[in-house]
Amino acid sequence: MDLTLKVWRQKDKNSPGQMVTYPVKGISPDMSFLEMMDVLNEDLLRKGEDPIAFDHDCREGICGMCSLYINGRPHGPERGTTTCQLHMRHFKDGDTITIEPWRAAAFPVHKDLVVDRSAFERIQQAGGYISVNTGGVPDANAIPIPKSIADKAFDAATCIGCGACVAACKNASAMLFVSAKVSQLAMLPQGKAERKTRVENMVAQMDIEGFGACSNTGACAAECPVGISMENINMLRSEYLYAKATSENI
Amino acid sequence: MNWFTKTFSSTVGRKIVMSVTGLFLCSFLVVHLIGNLQLFRNDGGEAFNIYSDFMAHNGIIRFMEIILVLGFLFHIYDALVLTRRNKAARPVSYANSHPEENSTWASRNMGLLGTVILVFLIVHLWNFFVPARFGGLEAVPDKDYDNLYSEIVLAFKNPIYVAIYVISMIALAYHLIHGFQSAFQTLGLDHKKYTPFIQKFGVAFSILICLGFASIPLYFFFFV
Repeated sequence: MDLTLKVWRQKDKNSPGQMVTYPVKGISPDMSFLEMMDVLNEDLLRKGEDPIAFDHDCREGICGMCSLYINGRPHGPERGTTTCQLHMRHFKDGDTITIEPWRAAAFPVHKDLVVDRSAFERIQQAGGYISVNTGGVPDANAIPIPKSIADKAFDAATCIGCGACVAACKNASAMLFVSAKVSQLAMLPQGKAERKTRVENMVAQMDIEGFGACSNTGACAAECPVGISMENINMLRSEYLYAKATSENI
Repeated sequence: MNWFTKTFSSTVGRKIVMSVTGLFLCSFLVVHLIGNLQLFRNDGGEAFNIYSDFMAHNGIIRFMEIILVLGFLFHIYDALVLTRRNKAARPVSYANSHPEENSTWASRNMGLLGTVILVFLIVHLWNFFVPARFGGLEAVPDKDYDNLYSEIVLAFKNPIYVAIYVISMIALAYHLIHGFQSAFQTLGLDHKKYTPFIQKFGVAFSILICLGFASIPLYFFFFV
């Protein structure tokens, strides 16, 4: 496959960036999108040019490091897929592909396609944890959890924190991410102790980071590579209202 | 800031204000449409004129009018604050973006639709509310109430007004199709038992209410 790539190039945080066009030749349809980028980078290195910086780690779709806004969609055109799991067979020979970084004030561009997602870490640090020591292994039947709740909590826990929800949202809102982290713990007995403070602090941190508000467009859930549901956002809202009305924090 | 103002100036809290005021304004639409249906009575506007005289002078209605104005003001103010914030959250936009692949047009353009509705609201108040409420109408001969009906007949002979009204009702329908069900989500009211019903009801509500309102200028233009 021969392709034309239009890629966002930006030297560093403070430099202005621009779209640069690169031709790539001889791409196998069995390659992943990132392998295609590797081919381009090897070509750039051979020519003595600066390779394109992009985030990646496990390349198995579970770590949440890869990103890329491909042809106007986070993680590209396939649903339920991370960029590393997106294969070139979904493109046609001769296609022009635009590749941009996530765009959000809270995710400043480090270099080229790499954005700083530490805003997510700070939201997690504001309350996305349980502060009890794990201790010994409890008896399996000591803490009964209904199957439906266990399933929902597990589904929320599959969030890999990649930021596609922010990238897809017209408001660059982080509600899907934050809600997955909030509801996952709020539903389980171990998370109940810090339930109210958690949602209050995480929402406050989300606002401090400069993410937008949620308009319920559903773009986040539609683009989420692991299928986090909008139900979590609605759960966050009732958690938030309940916490604000009843918590001890003035 | 105390906990109350903190709650309602967060992004989640402001959306709750949008949601509650939005649903309140929906209830106003129902009352307004039911009242206006009297325009279709074949009595030369007598029932409608008595009704509009009551609406312009009754004390309880006066009080509700203040609540209604506050509902509009909070809805518009929070919309402005949130829109500014949302724009600031993405200072650099995408060179190539395909939001139509993941969301509906109406859900992404609530601000635009709302602006159309606001412009309509100003025109509409100027046409009928201001003269009915603050004077400027002729009284019905031998009666102690004003003739708002004749004002409506006159206004809707003008095709420009008819077009403005009908287009605005289309904008309102799209605003409500997203807004009605979205308001329930924003309040965290989401359950597989009743959410599908709310969504279907919201679409039916939006279309029927706006068809009802749009039929008034069309009726007067073509049949009166």
